[in-house]
Amino acid sequence: MRKVMTGHKAVAEAMRQIEPNVMAVYPITPQSEIAEYYAEYVHNGKVKTELVPVESEHSAMSACVGAAAAGGRVMTATASQGLALMVEILYIAASMRLPIGMALANRALSGPINIHCDHSDAYLARDCGAIQVFAESAQEAYDYTLLAQRLAERDQVRLPAIVNLDGFTLTHSVQVVEPLDDERAKKFVGEYTPVYPLLDVENPSTWGPFAMPDYYFELKRAQVAAMEAVPEAFLEVQKEYEQATGRAYRGFFEGYRLEDADRVLVVMGSTGGTAKVAVDELRAAGEKVGLLKVWLYRPFPYAAIADALAHVKQVAVLDRAVSFGAYGALYSDVATAFMHRERRPRLANYIYGLGGRDTTPEHLTRVLSEMKDAGPDEGLRYIGLRE
Amino acid sequence: MPNIKTLATREEKQVRFSPGHSLCAGCAEPMVVRTILNAIEDPVVVANATGCLEVATSRYPGTVWNVPWIHSAFENAAATIAGVEAAYNGLKRAGKIDRKVRFLAFAGDGGTYDIGLQSLSGALERGHDFLYVCLNNEAYMNTGVQRSSATPPCASATTSPVGEEIPGKPQDRKDMTAIVAAHHVPYVAQASVANLIDLANKVERAMSYEGAKFLNVHVTCPLGWRTKRDSAVPMAKLALETRYWPLYEVIEGRYKVNYKPKKHVPVEEWLKGQGRFKHLFKDPSLRSKIDDFQAAVDRHWEELLRKEQWTQEGAVEDE
Repeated sequence: MRKVMTGHKAVAEAMRQIEPNVMAVYPITPQSEIAEYYAEYVHNGKVKTELVPVESEHSAMSACVGAAAAGGRVMTATASQGLALMVEILYIAASMRLPIGMALANRALSGPINIHCDHSDAYLARDCGAIQVFAESAQEAYDYTLLAQRLAERDQVRLPAIVNLDGFTLTHSVQVVEPLDDERAKKFVGEYTPVYPLLDVENPSTWGPFAMPDYYFELKRAQVAAMEAVPEAFLEVQKEYEQATGRAYRGFFEGYRLEDADRVLVVMGSTGGTAKVAVDELRAAGEKVGLLKVWLYRPFPYAAIADALAHVKQVAVLDRAVSFGAYGALYSDVATAFMHRERRPRLANYIYGLGGRDTTPEHLTRVLSEMKDAGPDEGLRYIGLRE
Repeated sequence: MPNIKTLATREEKQVRFSPGHSLCAGCAEPMVVRTILNAIEDPVVVANATGCLEVATSRYPGTVWNVPWIHSAFENAAATIAGVEAAYNGLKRAGKIDRKVRFLAFAGDGGTYDIGLQSLSGALERGHDFLYVCLNNEAYMNTGVQRSSATPPCASATTSPVGEEIPGKPQDRKDMTAIVAAHHVPYVAQASVANLIDLANKVERAMSYEGAKFLNVHVTCPLGWRTKRDSAVPMAKLALETRYWPLYEVIEGRYKVNYKPKKHVPVEEWLKGQGRFKHLFKDPSLRSKIDDFQAAVDRHWEELLRKEQWTQEGAVEDE
């Protein structure tokens, strides 16, 4: 049934349906509403979850690690500085192969302090070993919360999974969402079976040992193998979701009017929607433009993206965060994807939307138009910046 | 209350902390850890902060732990065991587990007094059902004897060395046990490697309460204190006799001092056996520092006796 709700409510509903054994969460703008909705579910007996209202995000992730190692299904949510505080333990969660589900209400990192959206928080956690998915809409945030939990818990994967949704743009704006009924959602996510749980007291296991140069490397390589198993599992889980619900998510990214496009924008998150408006406008004027909107950010689908953009002449990669002293992180990935290809589109890197700066369809039609005449491009360009 | 025989029988039944660790010769920690594990009859899950105990017992691919054990980071043993306990409650509610399991956290003084203070405070306030044990050897021994907020004044540590201007640690030690007691948890106590039966009794008493429990256990570090390898117990005993480390409990807010030395043994008896205080005895101009140290010990002891008297008087009135 179609309902009107915010992105936060959509994610909270998915979490209620997943019904983790433990939810450890700490308030931070813009994420706090997820914690609030979930506390209401717990205090009104709608879920059997143990809510742990921790004293910091560091303890949120620490409690998640303890709870997941104990054998529970575990979820949390955060944003910005909260994620920064979690990152130390997020690396440990990934190394322990704990399928902790997390909603990340993307918000700019300080400083200066800011509460609005960019992707600097997601980029901060880029290399920690967690799966990262980006949602364009409240509907996608809902669907991917269910999908990501199932993906994270698959036997060959068992990694933390972060579902990114743009702070305020998605978390607080009201959209039409069609959630699944509880029974169908629960059936899709399924029962969780932990491995070597601490609470199996008859078979004691040691978690988080001290690994020196003689073993550390091999243990990290094993973690790479888990990440390498994600792409195939991601496609399988999408297929299962389609079979269970009729909702088709196909592939690591969404191509929009991409097949015959000469000029293409590559984006993540809610800007995908803005880009679709810009593409439609220019298409109406006969321009061959398109969009590639990334869903699966980590692991990054290098080959699939290079294939999908093989025919394109010019690509503008839009990064919603600065990687100081380097190109944008998404741009670097897209450029790497073409590294060993003979035919490469001309690439340009745009930084946009920092700290919640609005990005309009007009901004993006301008990017698509100026690309046409642009020569070889080096360095960063900026969208919507006063200079 | 467990006696030596009970502890030994339990050790025979299940070796929870097996041989093969790489803690230093003369370290007080294994005695304390074994005693605590044997004082608990139910199955137990342990969370361990980064530190000596952790690195010396879990070198991959081996392990000393014959009970479920988790190490995550330095500052989060309390939050980690809180998560384990929360999962236990959640799984119990979901009908997936029903047996009684106990939850235990070990951390050093650095992991408790300093970097883990917030995580511990949060877990105490939320009232998770667990016992937190601080293995207090009064400095960051695992990283090379750096000063912590549990390090006593004047002690020489690698980040509070005896220099020409500053003779050791200038600051007093933090009263962590009092900080925990201020959380109004049901059971808080100080114990010592010098009295393992007292320690075992305290663990058993702690476990009879539901909620968060805390034990601050004084453990000699021959390496960091610069004492003889066979001095772990006698040095810790001197800390009791000199009233430097009082054995006491705070049970539901009521103080009980477990050991009151009959005669006043000056604290310098404890200080002089340790290389970290050697400078105080070499340089006559530092004599006043020993007097200050003694004054602080006396003040804390008197304060403790007053707390006992005051809260026990209250207890009588209640009855």
